Amino acid sequence: MDTPAYSKPLPVLTKLNAPFWEGTKRGELRLQRCTVCGRIWFPPSTHCPQCLATAYEWITASGRGKVWSWIVMHQRYFKAFDADLPYVVAMIELEEGPMLMSTLLGIPKAEIHCDLPVRVVFEDVTADMAVPKFTSV
Amino acid sequence: MSAASVDLRDKTAIVGIGATKFDAMYRNLDPERSPYELAAEAFRKALEDSGLEKREIDGLICVRVPSYQRMADVLGLPRLRLVNVLEGAGRMAGAALQYAVMAVATGQAQTVAVVYGNNGRSAGARYGGAVDPNATTVYDAMYGMTSPGAYVSMMFRRHQYEYGTTEDALAALAINNRKNGALNPDAVFQKPITREEYFAGRYVAEPLRLYDYCLINDGGVAFIVTSADRAKGLRHPPAYIAATYAASELTNFYTVRDFFYGACQDIAQRIYPAAGVGPRDIDCAQIYDNFTPTILFSLEGFGFCPRGESGAWVQGGRIERGGELPINTGGGHTSESYMQGFALTIEAVRQIRGEAGPRQVPNCEVVQYICVAPICNSHILHR
Repeated sequence: MDTPAYSKPLPVLTKLNAPFWEGTKRGELRLQRCTVCGRIWFPPSTHCPQCLATAYEWITASGRGKVWSWIVMHQRYFKAFDADLPYVVAMIELEEGPMLMSTLLGIPKAEIHCDLPVRVVFEDVTADMAVPKFTSV
Repeated sequence: MSAASVDLRDKTAIVGIGATKFDAMYRNLDPERSPYELAAEAFRKALEDSGLEKREIDGLICVRVPSYQRMADVLGLPRLRLVNVLEGAGRMAGAALQYAVMAVATGQAQTVAVVYGNNGRSAGARYGGAVDPNATTVYDAMYGMTSPGAYVSMMFRRHQYEYGTTEDALAALAINNRKNGALNPDAVFQKPITREEYFAGRYVAEPLRLYDYCLINDGGVAFIVTSADRAKGLRHPPAYIAATYAASELTNFYTVRDFFYGACQDIAQRIYPAAGVGPRDIDCAQIYDNFTPTILFSLEGFGFCPRGESGAWVQGGRIERGGELPINTGGGHTSESYMQGFALTIEAVRQIRGEAGPRQVPNCEVVQYICVAPICNSHILHR
């Protein structure tokens, strides 16, 4: 089946971030956790931002979090988002601590508010990547 | 962290200021206009304003121009004792003055020129949409998240949630800037706006609207810092730098959870004692306003008002000329010019000299510059 190529921006797949993207294809939100001090972080990085160890493991996060804040983007910055304008962008505070930029699915604008509990869902976009988005718990 | 051990109070002063004419250039785009040309024009004016000879300049800090080498060659300053370039970001206006003060006060250089050139409007600068594949913002761009204004808008929404701040606070700030710009013959926008016009402005990144956003224009600004000794007897009264400090809150996002309160407090707790004044002694404030909410975060962070109460505090004329704390007397970034903190810095000097014309704050003796961004910085200048 011919489908148009996904045109929205995506990170470049690297050795460093590959486990994150493999997780998204399996419906898992994965984060790095330092095996020395236990710190959890996002986005992917080679060093623990607390103790600077390079020993880490990928854990599967709960996928739950809260909307720390949100905006509605009206400005046309990316042509690939033309059909979505205006669109919601939400900053999610994950249960594990890190903040993640994302968007909200299936929540009417009037019902969005800061500290709204949400859970992750994944939207398949390419052979290697699914994009984490959030919806009502 | 330990307190500063070297007292820089009144060791240095700004003795020369210069800028291009912002309004005329806004209406006259030129794709060949370069940041070097704009910075050079501003430097020529600042040098003339100071009364110094060019050969006395032995330090050069360039901001936004790509190359210090090209800049030094354009200005004919081949032999310098301190020279470098800082990126074109609003936080660098404060950093540049901080570094100039440190260099002069410690004898690394006698007289430092800080030059800034911005051809953003002619060059089509957009401040959003371009994604650096090496930056962490690639994870945000997946969702169409981009542009500093959108990250500030995130903070403003959260501030509304935590403190009940209304959009009327932003309206008051946008209206004040335009009102001041109307008294500034060099301002890009010299037409006042009403509350109705503010709210009729289109959303850019909701809840922020058009008049919450800085404009994009071409221009150059320069200022010259020298020692207090050398400053005496020059063409204009020196604007002494009583204190200058910085503190950062650098994370993966421009958005931070505490609206930069912690970084501002870190500066406030050092800068007021070092300068021997408090917020109530400030005759006017020049506050970095790439987007209007940053003024609210600044007022709270530096203790002009209690935390969370800035929205009500800015109402009722308090921040206007003639009010308790006139803010952005030249029109700020939404009205005068988007010179990334540089035009605010030289407006501080004009106010101290008493040469701001119809927008002059009477008996203006102490001015504070504040920039709240991932690197926050502040200076207190005085007569």
